[in-house]
Amino acid sequence: MRIEGKGLIDRTRPVSFHFDGHSYKGFAGDTLASALLANGVRMVARSFKYHRPRGVMTAGSEEPNALVTVGRGAAQEPNLRATTVEMHEGLWAQSQNRWPTLGLDLLAVNDLAAPFLGAGFYYKTFMWPRAFWERVYEPLIRRAAGLGALSGEAAEDRYERAYAHCDVLVIGAGPAGLMAARAAAEAGADVILAEEDTRLGGRLLAESEEVDGLAGVDWVDEIAAELAAMPNVRIMTRMAVTGVYDGGTYGALERLAPGVAQRPHAPKGCFWRIVARRAVLAAGALERAIAFPNNDRPGVMMAGAVRAYANRWGVAPGQSTVVFGNNDSAHRTVADLQAAGVHVAALIDARPYARSDLDVPFYPGAQVCGTSGRRGLEAVTLATARGEDRIAADCLAISGGWNPTVHLACHMGARPTWDAARQAFLPPENAVPGMRVAGAAAGAFSTRACLESGLVAGAAVAVDLGFRAPDLAAPRGAEASYDIFPLWQVPGKGRAWLDFQNDVTVKDVVQAAAENFRSVEHMKRYTTQGMAPDQGKNSNVAALAVLADATGQGIAETGTTTFRPPYVPVPIAALGAGGKGKGFAPERRTTSHAESIARGAPMIEAGLWYRPSYFPQKGESHWRQSCDREVAMVRGSVGICDVSTLGKIDVQGPDAARFLDFVYTNMFSTLKVGRVRYGLMLREDGHVMDDGTCARMGETHFVMTTTTAAAGQVMRHLEFVSQVLRPEWDVRIVSVTEQWAQFAVAGPQARAVLNGMLEAPIDDAAFPYMACGEVRIGGVAARLFRISFSGEHAYEIAVPARYGAALFGALVKHAEEMGGGAYGLEALNVLRIEKGFITHAEIHGRVTAFDIGMQGMMSAKKDFIGKAAATRPGLMDPERERMVGLKPVGAVKELLAGAHIFDEHAEAVSDNDQGYVTSACFSPTLGHVTGIGFLRRGPERMGERVRVVDHLRKSETVCEVTPLVVFDPEGGRLRG
Amino acid sequence: MAEFKAQTPCAGLLPVTVGDLRLTEVVPGRMTSLAPYRGRVAALSEVMQAAHGVAWPEPGRITGQAAARALWFGREMALLIGPDSDESLAAHAALTDQTDAWAVVHLEGRQAAEVLARLCPLDLREAVFAPGHTARTDVAHMAGSVSRLGPQTWQIMVFRSMATTLVHEVEIAMARVAARQNSLM
Repeated sequence: MRIEGKGLIDRTRPVSFHFDGHSYKGFAGDTLASALLANGVRMVARSFKYHRPRGVMTAGSEEPNALVTVGRGAAQEPNLRATTVEMHEGLWAQSQNRWPTLGLDLLAVNDLAAPFLGAGFYYKTFMWPRAFWERVYEPLIRRAAGLGALSGEAAEDRYERAYAHCDVLVIGAGPAGLMAARAAAEAGADVILAEEDTRLGGRLLAESEEVDGLAGVDWVDEIAAELAAMPNVRIMTRMAVTGVYDGGTYGALERLAPGVAQRPHAPKGCFWRIVARRAVLAAGALERAIAFPNNDRPGVMMAGAVRAYANRWGVAPGQSTVVFGNNDSAHRTVADLQAAGVHVAALIDARPYARSDLDVPFYPGAQVCGTSGRRGLEAVTLATARGEDRIAADCLAISGGWNPTVHLACHMGARPTWDAARQAFLPPENAVPGMRVAGAAAGAFSTRACLESGLVAGAAVAVDLGFRAPDLAAPRGAEASYDIFPLWQVPGKGRAWLDFQNDVTVKDVVQAAAENFRSVEHMKRYTTQGMAPDQGKNSNVAALAVLADATGQGIAETGTTTFRPPYVPVPIAALGAGGKGKGFAPERRTTSHAESIARGAPMIEAGLWYRPSYFPQKGESHWRQSCDREVAMVRGSVGICDVSTLGKIDVQGPDAARFLDFVYTNMFSTLKVGRVRYGLMLREDGHVMDDGTCARMGETHFVMTTTTAAAGQVMRHLEFVSQVLRPEWDVRIVSVTEQWAQFAVAGPQARAVLNGMLEAPIDDAAFPYMACGEVRIGGVAARLFRISFSGEHAYEIAVPARYGAALFGALVKHAEEMGGGAYGLEALNVLRIEKGFITHAEIHGRVTAFDIGMQGMMSAKKDFIGKAAATRPGLMDPERERMVGLKPVGAVKELLAGAHIFDEHAEAVSDNDQGYVTSACFSPTLGHVTGIGFLRRGPERMGERVRVVDHLRKSETVCEVTPLVVFDPEGGRLRG
Repeated sequence: MAEFKAQTPCAGLLPVTVGDLRLTEVVPGRMTSLAPYRGRVAALSEVMQAAHGVAWPEPGRITGQAAARALWFGREMALLIGPDSDESLAAHAALTDQTDAWAVVHLEGRQAAEVLARLCPLDLREAVFAPGHTARTDVAHMAGSVSRLGPQTWQIMVFRSMATTLVHEVEIAMARVAARQNSLM
């Protein structure tokens, strides 16, 4: 219930929200957890394994119990911690892991079976029969035990990614972080102050104490206003730094305020990559529980959280509270509650020597040894020297001490060190380059010490960066004693929880040790302690202390498990922000894109490029009809195809020719100006990298073309050769792929089409096969190449890309007037298969020039990249799989690329593998299916019948081995 | 036959305005890549000065003004933007026409840097990346070029073929940034 007159909530702004179908009221400034507690809702969840009733336990992102699902439909987001869900009008939340309802959870039957469900239960029980694991046990267990569910609908959440840079990143804005930011900023550094909470202040928002004579909250407002006014400070609230990476890079998840996130176009959250030269980790500390029997009932909370609910949110979590602790912070909990007018039934202090002046029943040297209550706490049992006693209470505030939040300091592999005096793991020194740890995260457990250590750390990192030390003094903060007495567990009958999120008890950890899972990492995996959304923030230290006790090792020797990012759960949608749909990869469009789409061409992705598959005409209902027509069109009259996607590389300079001699297997220095030559490029390991034509535009100027697929790889290769292998040669390489729009004009009418458009017509004498030169078309200077990938009399014409759309439109129009038209990638593929021309289906990375029958292109007169390797006997072995043509000759005519080749009467098993099919199509020109494949000793096996089997698609075809070039083997057509 | 009609890379896509953020296409006259031959940088810079009034740019820098700019464009490469490159340059550098190869846009507005922070990993704080600075960098997973022409004026370049994606990505980032600021969006 609410405490009148207390808290930082805005009582002038009431909001209504839903939890499990009920409507409740809260206030702006509430979290879902504080609003539920204010409404007297104590049971908010069922536990992971045993489905035990659970309530809110903490007031921060470490919450293990109160996991809820927020939102409905596609926007449903599971496993949010109610303690961090910001209250807003219309908030819709549901409990999880219960069936059918939170109050009546039939799966709570698991709790009765608890003796069988202990640590290692799955490993021991569900081993047999083997097949049952996947089909029966796992689905059952997953249904019964677990977390919230996704909606199953495509998420509509908008997330974004962004980068930020600063001199100093301050993580956490409690007293230490605020002072660190102030000091670094005052020194002149660019500061980012990241705070996961909705407002600055840290524990100062939750405690009732003074700083510099002001109420803690007022001091926070003052310094926050000062920081906000500094141009070199960027305050980022709702921003949880989630991970530390190399080079001063930090990952951080920002959740936008609900009011902002609801605006059109606004993101729900942003995943930040922050690059900081220095960092101050001021992440505070997390309070830990004490394990005693039945310590998990709703109403059992951390003492610091109880103070936070009272002081910050004006909420009393119970009407009658018992406080139990092993350090001085238990006492301030009593004081704060009494000041707020909340009844405290007892203060139980495990320290036998403890004293108290508070007006409260005080039990020094006593321990809580049990609780009772059905759906929530009703009474607490305590053990004193005189025996057991029962006290009625609906809230039990526990403080088992504080664990410094060392996580981020340990993300690069360092382990924290045990400090016996404070009974705490402290961050290792210099564990993250450039990072200092301040405040409670470094073991400073009083406000005074936090303010001072923040100032020191902020000043130190600034000075480290060359800034002048700021002239600042630490404000006066409250001194507080801590005086912790080690107490991890209270023995007794009944289960004593360590890890509330994963339902791991003291008994489970002891069992793990008994079964020789004695290392802390083994214990974690055997019991699941420390996994799941909270990653053991509440339980790790207590669990390893229990393990240390069970194994007889000390806590320091036992050590912690590895700390890994993320510190808080990060939605995959945030990590992958922007990558959905079209955001996955950029689209590359040719200049003919719009015209192709207008003509109804379906697009096919070739790398990032979008290319037309075929151009359907009226009456064509299947791609094969369009493809066959387009092939016939090119063979019979003329076709136009956009080939701009092929890589085009300008190679210039005095050494350009010798450079090409070095990267191609064949000779280019002998190429005449105005001529084109086909070239083959090998990798250093002697295998084919790419092929294409290269035109000599001038004495020291070549234009190389590459395949579409390998354009980037070839460019990179040329840069490598030029920068690393032949740095002394004067050659310059520039990509011009995007500068030129280039179109193939192929077919017997190709020249007629061009001559209808060129300013000066061409003929065979001036422009023979493999000629190139400058021409003018449509008032524009163009480049013309007489090359062919179809086997027809063909040209490629290139214009500056701004004219691409115009040229394509004009070419197609002229071609159509001659019975031709545009053709797409499907026809292009058929045309080249008929001619035995290779693509990357054939030169897939593990074939040699010898394999594709081009060993003759490896010049003996010069050195070239790959020569030494390519001429080794193993790469010229006749037994290798070598390229041939294939033609179905049996009843089955289907031939599939990817199928494997076997001797006609051999069993189709991998031992008998003779090769594979790389390309296949129906050839309308020949009237039958034809293909290309690699076959052992292929060229020696012409006319032989082979068995072609595709095991995946269940296809089998008998083929005859044929020569590679099945159409116009003399090449008469392309010389026209 | 009829003269061909030219089409700019972002034709039909720009301008776009969101709040005070504005994205426009720029058609910068001629763009020529200059790749100086061995040991010719100084000589090239001299003839550039004489012919176009701009010096060879140091890595990461821009020289010149709107009429003629030289933009550092990668290792031993600059992009001369504006004039047709003078013939005298050819003796010292490989010249390649790139006028049509790149989509060039300007992003302007008070929060332009915030928009870029969603597209590009660079440190764009004014003390680090001042007007006159340029970089070849990742722009929304495209290999691009980002230049600061003024305190709130940025030039972004990507391959011409990626113009649609560029506009799409920048538009989204503009909308996201504006939505955080302006409750009337």
